[in-house]
Amino acid sequence: MSADTRVVFAGVTFNNPVVAASGTFGFGREYSEYYDLSELGGICTKGLTLAPRLGNPPPRIAETPMGMLNSVGLQNPGVEEFIRYELPFMRRFDTRVIANIAGESAAEYAAMAERLSDAGVDMIEVNVSCPNVKNGGLQFGVSAAAVAEVTREVRRRANVPVMVKLSPNVTDITEMARAAESEGADAVSLINTLLGMRIDIKTRRPVLANNTGGLSGAAVLPVALRMIWQTRQAVRIPILGMGGITTGADAVEALLAGASLVGVGTASFSYPEAALSIRDGIAEYMNQNKIGSVSELTGSVILN
Amino acid sequence: MRSIFTVTDIRPLASGVFAITFDAPELARAATPGQFVHIKCGHSRPLRRPFGICDVRGDMLTVAFEVRGDGTRWLAVSEPGRRVDINGPLGHGFSNPDGDILLVGGGLGAAPLLFAARRARGRVSAILGFRSDANAILREEFDSVCEDVFVATEDGSSGLRGTVVPPLEELMKTKRFSAVLACGPRPMLRAVADISESAGVKCEISLEERMGCGVGACLVCVCETQSDDVTKMSRVCRDGPVFDSREVVR
Ligand SMILES: Cc1cc2nc3c(=O)[nH]c(=O)nc-3n(C[C@H](O)[C@H](O)[C@H](O)COP(=O)(O)OP(=O)(O)OC[C@H]3O[C@@H](n4cnc5c(N)ncnc54)[C@H](O)[C@@H]3O)c2cc1C
Ligand SMILES: Cc1cc2nc3c(=O)[nH]c(=O)nc-3n(C[C@H](O)[C@H](O)[C@H](O)COP(=O)(O)O)c2cc1C
Ligand code: FES
Repeated sequence: MSADTRVVFAGVTFNNPVVAASGTFGFGREYSEYYDLSELGGICTKGLTLAPRLGNPPPRIAETPMGMLNSVGLQNPGVEEFIRYELPFMRRFDTRVIANIAGESAAEYAAMAERLSDAGVDMIEVNVSCPNVKNGGLQFGVSAAAVAEVTREVRRRANVPVMVKLSPNVTDITEMARAAESEGADAVSLINTLLGMRIDIKTRRPVLANNTGGLSGAAVLPVALRMIWQTRQAVRIPILGMGGITTGADAVEALLAGASLVGVGTASFSYPEAALSIRDGIAEYMNQNKIGSVSELTGSVILN
Repeated sequence: MRSIFTVTDIRPLASGVFAITFDAPELARAATPGQFVHIKCGHSRPLRRPFGICDVRGDMLTVAFEVRGDGTRWLAVSEPGRRVDINGPLGHGFSNPDGDILLVGGGLGAAPLLFAARRARGRVSAILGFRSDANAILREEFDSVCEDVFVATEDGSSGLRGTVVPPLEELMKTKRFSAVLACGPRPMLRAVADISESAGVKCEISLEERMGCGVGACLVCVCETQSDDVTKMSRVCRDGPVFDSREVVR
């Protein structure tokens, strides 16, 4: 018998545990030229804002040892254009659509959440952790009170499950996870990028036009695993775990640490089909180890 | 599409500059001038490196590159038989205009123009600018496909002394081109666009920006463009690398 890779996450059924991470996959159009998007458990959209945003000036990327920094700054077409043009495209596939939103106030987050859940997305991912914008974003994600407020307002207006995306740029991520859970979040996702910097020694200037950016890719996996594991101890709501997942084995580690779903971001830049090989790697591990369902793996790390 | 292709040849074009050829029938068939390939330069570098397609002959696809850092150093030590992971062809290339065209290349920017010259429908003239004679690449190749080729070097060690601008201004006065296609450093592109536009000739420029995904999904590679008074951050990897010069905000 082959493993059942379906996952019921915050009441939503995912065909498999692999979800494309926000901002690394656009709205799926480009990668749909590489494979059928129905092969993915779900897709988190690029971070959406109420009005369209142009984002930060380039360069917006710097390579780092086994990772990268980005400073995109939430370039996106805005919620209405997403609903009109991108969502119908995404809906053509048998995959769950998770709308990632970023606002400048709790009220703005809530308005977007209402509009998007009415438009028919499967879940809302509340991004309180973008390190690349001046207003909003991380400013909310580093304060438990602000996380609580945004979660409360979004939860009141959204008609679909709400997931709060947490920042690793905090002293204690479990405090943020608890704040989200206490205000009714249905799930949390983590980690967003770690704030970082690179400097060109020839020009003595930062490589990124924005000076700093968010670190992602294989380099951050151990940090992500530790935070997933800590969060698993702290809250009962399920976790979408991400950060540096590059292989099926990495994904299994994230599941063992406590994730119910796994996100794949930067790995797709190295290999466009990365999410599918990660999905296949999870299934192979499950078959080899006679594990019948993904939920058996979640949080089943055996501590020393 | 992404696949593994075998290196068939690598040869130096100048000091630190190489032409590397892959047996890549699928890429060769699909490629059009101005497009690029995205090459995985070893396991330790997560980001692929973008290179313009320099030439396509039969099943063979050639890229000309300069050693600039770690990734290009990895590529430079290739030998025939090495298997390399390539994603491509990617991006929006040059249009293939009717009539006579003028190519203007600066440095390594000459490389993708050779492929454009090969596929051109009308007669082709080229102006190629280099630092000095030692850096002048692909001259015989251009000579064999172009009606006339003008070389300019900054130190005057080969061809005209100076930049591509004087020969460009001269040629625009004496000949009528349906389009100017340019690739090279930003200041050169600005000058070529200004001169072409004021002569009323359509100008297409190929831009460079640091890339992540290379396919249009991550929005890290943008440049500011404007059309119908709408400002956009366009993706160099997908909306470009070739843009109509009038759209690119300078
Ligand atoms: C569309 C396009 C076409 C190109 N065509 C050619 C070509 O035909 N021949 C050629 O020699 N070079 C070309 N380049 C530039 C080439 O991509 C860089 O020289 C190369 O990526 C440097 O890699 P590295 O590891 O040696 O350098 P490093 O400096 O070590 O690279 C570090 C990071 O910065 C990126 N980077 C550094 N310089 C550039 C640059 N100029 N443009 C984009 N990314 C850069 C690298 O890709 C890598 O992610 C092209 C660039 C673009 C965007
Ligand atoms: C280029 C880029 C853009 C991103 N944009 C967003 C975004 O808009 N919203 C968001 O919540 N996270 C964004 N992220 C963070 C990712 O979704 C993910 O949390 C992070 O990259 C860690 O996963 P990875 O190592 O697999 O990439 C972005 C990441 C990258 C690399
Ligand atoms: S490199 Fe990702 S959009 Fe261009």
